[in-house]
Amino acid sequence: MTINDIQDELIDEFSMFGDWMEKYEYIIQLGKELPLIKDEYKVDENLIRGCQAKVWLHADFQDGLIHFTADSDAIITKGLVSMVVRVLSGHTPDEIVHAELYFVDKVGLREHLSVTRSNGLLSMIKQMKVYALALKTKAS
Amino acid sequence: MSTDVMVAPTTLDIEKIRKDFPILERKVYGKPLVYFDNGATAQKPWAVIRAIEDYYTQLNSNVHRGVHHLSQQATDAYEASRRKVQAFLHARHEHEVIFTKGTTDAINLVAYSYGKQFIKEGDEVIISAMEHHSNIVPWQIMCEDRKATLKVIPINEKGELKMDAFKALLNDKVKLISVAYVSNTLGTINPVKDIIALAHQHTIPVLLDAAQAVQHIPVDVQELDVDFLVFSGHKIYGPTGIGILYGKEEWLNQMPPYQGGGSMIKQVTFEKTTYHDLPFRFEAGTPNIEACICLGNAIDYVTALGLPAIQQYEHELLEYATTKLTAIDKLKVIGTAEQKSGVLSFIVEGVHPYDVGVLLDKLGIAVRTGHHCTQPLMEIFGIPGTVRVSFAFYNTKEEVDQLAAGVARAVAMLT
Repeated sequence: MTINDIQDELIDEFSMFGDWMEKYEYIIQLGKELPLIKDEYKVDENLIRGCQAKVWLHADFQDGLIHFTADSDAIITKGLVSMVVRVLSGHTPDEIVHAELYFVDKVGLREHLSVTRSNGLLSMIKQMKVYALALKTKAS
Repeated sequence: MSTDVMVAPTTLDIEKIRKDFPILERKVYGKPLVYFDNGATAQKPWAVIRAIEDYYTQLNSNVHRGVHHLSQQATDAYEASRRKVQAFLHARHEHEVIFTKGTTDAINLVAYSYGKQFIKEGDEVIISAMEHHSNIVPWQIMCEDRKATLKVIPINEKGELKMDAFKALLNDKVKLISVAYVSNTLGTINPVKDIIALAHQHTIPVLLDAAQAVQHIPVDVQELDVDFLVFSGHKIYGPTGIGILYGKEEWLNQMPPYQGGGSMIKQVTFEKTTYHDLPFRFEAGTPNIEACICLGNAIDYVTALGLPAIQQYEHELLEYATTKLTAIDKLKVIGTAEQKSGVLSFIVEGVHPYDVGVLLDKLGIAVRTGHHCTQPLMEIFGIPGTVRVSFAFYNTKEEVDQLAAGVARAVAMLT
């Protein structure tokens, strides 16, 4: 599936929810289900500091594809992180660099990308693109 | 101006007061706004909103400059507001009241100007472990510059200053003590009168950060005998971008200007400039005239309600909220000092404060989550942050009930 296919799939899933309660229950569920990042990667070098919630991000590069694992100390952030990981992980550096993450807006979670939230999500997305750009540059 | 906002001698008519604050009629996510982030900034009454409009429709012109009628009127209003602040703080002289951009600006002014004049290599400045970053960082900058040392009064597990440790810090190298009157994170009311009396035994001046105090507690700078006191307009129902530095004349007169520019001079030549007298020496450039004037309207409003009545009602709210919230399983109040005002901070075991804040927001309840610009304090408690509920006199017990129900619901979702 392409990055946009996965985004559309997420938008589809969220369209089933009647209100914010159901939406957040789902995000919290996603947060609880996110496969844990290996302890060896949950270190300060992989820490993205939001003002409020912390996010750890690790990138693995194999056979031309980047695989991300991540974690957060806040469960809602973790749920949001898991969605972004689902969308971007397993793609080529080039695809990730050029990805436009429209699903956040479409599922009604745009507020989580605002700077005042300081939940580390925005910084995490930037960091994912930085990894991808670095790997892309290295490859060419 | 709603000078009709009068209250019964002992109790406030909250329903009537709420009508003075138009924003309280707003809805967020289709739910009535419950605003418990007053410690960050307070909402504005019509008396202030209309005064801002009046200023721009009737008065706007520069102060202390023009010979023309409007400038004269604006200057009169500006200076009248200074006298309102003087009366509000019970300062001896009106020139002891300096308009600044806010609390942070006022502390930076003192750190720079007092530091330049009085702090030498090897000297010490004392702050406390519960200070806001704005009462830490300016002193760190100044101490680094002057090769002085910053000392910190420790706190106990309730969030109260350890007064014995404070006494042990006092010696003749200490040149200034700067502490919060009320903690923005814990709500602790510090024993500032004792601190000042002890400091004065060593002839050390004291600065009080009263940003979380003046809107909750009656303050009398002469009775406290405090040397400097600072607060922000926006936290006392006035405009943003305005704050007050109160300083005793004898200190301010010895301090060099903080910024140079128009209004603060007597005579300028390229060889030598002589500076204006107080308070203008510390008010370089065109001030935030509208905010300076309308802070006076905010103070009128608060004074008309009466701080003793406000204090009593807000204390009731705090007690009620503490009882309601502590009934929630695994909820722990951070900051359990004997003397508290305005603020209730808490954490829930196993739940990140941020998550609680996000879900409360969806219920239309505004709280603050995070470290509240007191990172060293969070480190002492070993927590990433708290959920902070901060009160104003327009809050109600019904709102507290909604908050408690909201927190219980959020916790149920998150655990």
